[in-house]
Amino acid sequence: MTYFADVAALARKDLLLELRSRDTLPAMLLFVISALVVFHFSLPSEASATASTGLLWIAILFTALLGLGRAFAAEREQRVLDGLVLAPCDRSAIWLAKAIGVLAFLGIAELVALPAYALFFEPVGWELVAAIVLADLGLAAVGTLLAAMAAASRARELLLPLLFLPLVIPVVVGGVGASVVDDPARYLGFLALYDLIFAILSWASFEYVVAE
Amino acid sequence: MSLRNNRAVLLAAAASVLLVAGLALALLWAPQDADQGFSQRIFYVHVPIALTAYACFAWGAWKALRLLWTREPRYDLESYTAVHMGVIFGILTLVTGSIWAKISWGVWWTWSERQLTLFLVLFLFYCAYFMLRFSVESGPRRANLSAVYALFGVVLIPVSFLAIRLAERFIHPVVFTRDGPQMSGSMFLVFCICLAAMLALFASLYTNELAGKRLDARLRELREALE
Amino acid sequence: MTTSEKYVTGAYLVVLAVVLLYVVLYAFKLSRLERQIAELTELAQRRRKAA
Repeated sequence: MTYFADVAALARKDLLLELRSRDTLPAMLLFVISALVVFHFSLPSEASATASTGLLWIAILFTALLGLGRAFAAEREQRVLDGLVLAPCDRSAIWLAKAIGVLAFLGIAELVALPAYALFFEPVGWELVAAIVLADLGLAAVGTLLAAMAAASRARELLLPLLFLPLVIPVVVGGVGASVVDDPARYLGFLALYDLIFAILSWASFEYVVAE
Repeated sequence: MSLRNNRAVLLAAAASVLLVAGLALALLWAPQDADQGFSQRIFYVHVPIALTAYACFAWGAWKALRLLWTREPRYDLESYTAVHMGVIFGILTLVTGSIWAKISWGVWWTWSERQLTLFLVLFLFYCAYFMLRFSVESGPRRANLSAVYALFGVVLIPVSFLAIRLAERFIHPVVFTRDGPQMSGSMFLVFCICLAAMLALFASLYTNELAGKRLDARLRELREALE
Repeated sequence: MTTSEKYVTGAYLVVLAVVLLYVVLYAFKLSRLERQIAELTELAQRRRKAA
């Protein structure tokens, strides 16, 4: 199982790096809380509970975007990616490790964001938690691939949201749907389907994104 | 005249004949729709264009797959040209769809029209494709990135369509329904001719655009060799 | 013409206009390519004279 050993080693490297430098995670935490506060002021006082659910999903999306923008920053600055690509491991292992790192950051940010949301706006139900877990998988899978693409371009930070947002509209639909309707099973199923399709696609195509 | 030129001329001629025939049949010959009257005739331009746009994106994704499979650089330009055409047909779909919404429901935009919403998402997605291409140095790297992105697009189409259907249930109830195509035989015939015309137009534009883009690339190579 | 007839005609005209616009843009592209070819031909001829 050298494949999973490679993935574990690469993921551990990312998490350790973050633990030492504390570049990304504090920014994501602060951002998601600030966003929730801004949303409170941008909602009219008579707005319904479903409106704040929608805003929570926007906050999650943009927090993920913030984390993804930094995902390949260390590699780019130190020119590590070229070395990693030459290393004798399957290239998709790089994607999987990165996606695990992104997922971990996003999960930690949401561990703070959800209680804050419950405190500021509405109580959080199990449907919302399940939808967020499923959505995170999809966001991390697609986002990591697109972040690698954006890192290869000149525009970088500018390009990532443009690539990312149209692709994750289905995630927003599934997530918001699961948290506002009475029978969330259909929407959770849709999120799972999205995760499956795009995880496989990203896993299979990452090789072409990093290699010449 | 080479074989390729022959084919380009043939395609252009076929597209012109079919377009004129389709236009005349749709506006003059096709029977009046019982419910929607004359305004139903926009169907003969809107739907074939939308289907052609899907065909363009699918063609682009197919060429992208070929590129990743064989690593032959010529597929890069072919995939790019197909997506380029797809965006032009996509814009036409948005505009004609918007006009149809105005005729049927009196508004220029309605989120309850699935096809239209889907094309807006696709339009945004493929605009990002151009941004991606323009901000990467040309070479095998750019070819790979574009190909992967084009493949994502063709997967995104059904997923987005499903998402839009699911979203209708909580964003707003469906008030407007456009009845399924209750087409008579002659209506269907006109529709098929219009579809063939649009596909021929795509094939013709694609051939020309591809020739132009190839010429452009070769000239750049030549300049580099000479200077 | 009724309003809906105007809109339908408008839709057909829009399609026609976009195709024509494409042809115009393509003409510009062709003339640019022609100019480049002329420049390169001149360059090549000068090369040959110098050689």
